[in-house]
Amino acid sequence: MFSITSTAMFIAMLLVLIRLIKGPTLYDRVLAVNSFGTHTVLLIGVMGFLNGRPDFLDIALLYALINFVGTIAILKFFRYRAIGDAMWAPPNPKNED
Amino acid sequence: MGPTKPKERGLEAVDILLNLLCWALMLSGSFFVIVGAFGTYRFPDFWSRLHAASITDSAGVILLLIGMGVYSGLTLITFKLLVIGLFMFITGPTSTHAIANAALVSGLRPPKLNNKTLDDDGPRKPSDTL
Repeated sequence: MFSITSTAMFIAMLLVLIRLIKGPTLYDRVLAVNSFGTHTVLLIGVMGFLNGRPDFLDIALLYALINFVGTIAILKFFRYRAIGDAMWAPPNPKNED
Repeated sequence: MGPTKPKERGLEAVDILLNLLCWALMLSGSFFVIVGAFGTYRFPDFWSRLHAASITDSAGVILLLIGMGVYSGLTLITFKLLVIGLFMFITGPTSTHAIANAALVSGLRPPKLNNKTLDDDGPRKPSDTL
């Protein structure tokens, strides 16, 4: 059961990785990274059950946290070209050309 | 030995039912994960790819986590799985919305969309790189 699921996860991760390399726009790549992180969380859980020692779910939770924060950080960086600068303020959208 | 035998048989039946439920949940979760990844690989457009990736985020994650929880019974593992499920239940749609909003703000539009409905300065082709 878990071997079938982990095989399916590996195939799915391969397909998402191809999309990550191939993706024409930036947003395809960000979407592929986010989806890859979700697959990683599930794969860690399934591999723990496959080995009979499901003690790595804390690491899966950590991957989920980092995946979310990383996606938001990448999007923020490519929107404003800065992450959390000291004297940073969001640009006024009315002044943008 | 006589009175204990039906109880053991009942327990065995419950175990078999739980095992079957676990198999069904894990196999359907694997199916949805594969379908979502294949759509992410194969669909022609960013917006349809977004839709395909959301299948993995919702159906695949929920079914696989419930399947693992049924397998492990009522332990600390199930609580951790529940915490992961709650977190991904909140952050999956949030990050999908963030990606879609960033793409929309940057000017990416679905092809074949009537451009008069959105007040922007012209659509971009989905093959354009940023």
